[in-house]
Amino acid sequence: MSEPVAASPSDIVREAAVLRRSLQAGFREEVVTSLYGEVERITRRAVRDRAAGPLALDQRIDRIVTSRALGLPLMLAVLAVVFWLTIVGANVPSQMLATVFFWFENVAANTFERLGAPWWVTGFVWHGVYRGLAWVVSVMLPPMAIFFPLFTILEDFGYLPRVAFNMDFLFKKAGAHGKQALSMAMGFGCNAAGVIATRVIDSPRERLVAILTNNFVPCNGRFPTLIMLATVFVAAAFPPAVASLVAAGSVVAIVLIGVVFTLVVSWVLSRTILKGEASAFTLELPPYRRPGILRILYTSLIDRTLFVLWRAMMTAAPAGAVIWLLGNIYVGGASLATHVANGLNPLGWAIGLDGVILLAYIIAIPANEIVVPTMLMVYTAEGMMTDMQGFDQLRSLLIGQHGWTLLTAVNLMLFSLLHNPCATTIVTIYKETLSVKWATIGAVMPLVLAFIVTFATAAMARAFLGF
Amino acid sequence: MARLGEAVGGFDRTVALAGNPNTGKSTLFNALTGLRQHTGNWPGKTVTRAEGAFQFTNVRYKLVDLPGTYSLLSASQDEEVARNFLLFGRPDCTVVVVDASALERNLYLVLQVLEITDRVVVAANLMDEARRRGLEVDTRSLARDLGVPVVPIVARTGENMMALLTDVAGVASGELTTTPLRSRGTPEFERAVSRLVPLIESAAPGVPNARWIAIRLLDGDAAVEEALATGQLAELVARQQAPDLRFSRKIALQGAQ
Repeated sequence: MSEPVAASPSDIVREAAVLRRSLQAGFREEVVTSLYGEVERITRRAVRDRAAGPLALDQRIDRIVTSRALGLPLMLAVLAVVFWLTIVGANVPSQMLATVFFWFENVAANTFERLGAPWWVTGFVWHGVYRGLAWVVSVMLPPMAIFFPLFTILEDFGYLPRVAFNMDFLFKKAGAHGKQALSMAMGFGCNAAGVIATRVIDSPRERLVAILTNNFVPCNGRFPTLIMLATVFVAAAFPPAVASLVAAGSVVAIVLIGVVFTLVVSWVLSRTILKGEASAFTLELPPYRRPGILRILYTSLIDRTLFVLWRAMMTAAPAGAVIWLLGNIYVGGASLATHVANGLNPLGWAIGLDGVILLAYIIAIPANEIVVPTMLMVYTAEGMMTDMQGFDQLRSLLIGQHGWTLLTAVNLMLFSLLHNPCATTIVTIYKETLSVKWATIGAVMPLVLAFIVTFATAAMARAFLGF
Repeated sequence: MARLGEAVGGFDRTVALAGNPNTGKSTLFNALTGLRQHTGNWPGKTVTRAEGAFQFTNVRYKLVDLPGTYSLLSASQDEEVARNFLLFGRPDCTVVVVDASALERNLYLVLQVLEITDRVVVAANLMDEARRRGLEVDTRSLARDLGVPVVPIVARTGENMMALLTDVAGVASGELTTTPLRSRGTPEFERAVSRLVPLIESAAPGVPNARWIAIRLLDGDAAVEEALATGQLAELVARQQAPDLRFSRKIALQGAQ
């Protein structure tokens, strides 16, 4: 027998097609059927079932946790408790850190002055770079150190697949994949991670829907912003007894708004540029497992909290330097920061914010974590806010000197929830889709939405509520 | 045994961890390498390929943690990562981690892996949960039926790791020979496969698992036809030797893994 030695790929494919036709129809089904029979025989020989069935306790828990009536309310309650613990627990340490850091800033700056360092060295190092770092650490560290361990406990316990189960009917109606709930849950940690987690979705269409909407889950970089605004502004309008509950409630409300936007945008995408129906899938509900506390503390504190904090500090330090420069280079009697902020003011006003906030968002494109610190530093760099001593003073300064209202705080929360993802996430969308088009849509679509929504709320608040 | 963490350079052999989702592959990976790959109690936690190393009786092993997969025919991105490595990554030993408390469902993947390689050790994980559910799993009967070593373990507590490693070392070095259970097709089918295999090997020299490719071609798998036609097959094989490039450890630490 002499066969051709080197065959071209198309020859092989053709040859395979010819051979396939020569085989009996259904030859593979036979193999598969015999495989199933084999598996059953092997299992019967190897496994002896003394008690039978899944764990009774698991089933009892699942009957409540995944029930039609209680599933979603329980989920909201769990979310609210997590945020409440985070807010209550983080408040005092955050204030203490801020007090210590800013006390040290003054001491260090005074020492520099006494030693005869030029004013711009002192300013750049201590009121620029150091202050940026101090803000990021005091605003971000305490909430993350509480939120991450709590979230990881839920993950280890086995709650996430139940969330996906409960929310499946919503995603189905939106034309999206039920496993999108899982990538959304990962988005709470980091949107870039959430985008990668969409790999579990096997339909390319639904995976793209999940990628493009992951941004509407506020990531750990945006949570501190939301928590701070909820605590300092929204909750402050209520009596102290219920303040922390109101703060937790408003963060839950923001997350819910994010979920609504996820569903609505998924629905629109499924009917326009990503047309199609939701596909069926199976998802195992694993047994509930006791979380390993030591391991959780390690992964959530060392891996996540410190890692994210490090990343934030790496972007906050140069941002602090840039802001200090903008605030201290004077052109025509006003600092560069003032010029830029004034230029952005009309646009900022239209969406219920101001020019400084928009400038902060532009500087914070590399990492959303530093929006609030950047904003505060721009206000400070304008020379109107010095000697920060705590969040109460922060509130009165922002309200008294910068014209902040409840509308500013609410719209800033909405803008933070909806606006474009950070640079890392945009790059990750590109890497996962290998498409400039989808990366661009993933960046621009949320930004446009953020402007539309905040413009609408500002216009309505001004028209009907007299802001 | 010594855990070598991320020091995968200069290894002697490669071991892959395969299995259904949420059977404890990453937990076993952590126990063997000393790394802290993120784990979670839900199917789909691991979506990329992670590598670590350990040393056992003076041999250095590279250990590759793969996303969970129910079948070698699956289509989602994470399952493709697993499938591609099992088929084209040339591991010296593949450890299929099965959930001892859900054995029947886990065995389909075991049989599929046995179709493509002799060098398999089955790790029956979660033996503690199986016991708690009142299941008695006879791993010796399993080993006899499957024709490869089956080791009962509890990855979370490190139970029976030495026995597992002894079998892995034996299979990886070739000292422990296996006789994997394989269902053969009809004689005509086998003839068709053996006609295609040499053709595939000549068109894509050095490609592992030509038999699997032949079967997929006979099934009319469009993706495999395309991979062969565009020369992606060779590229796919080469890519399995390098780390997952799209994988960023930074992002993994923030929650993907």
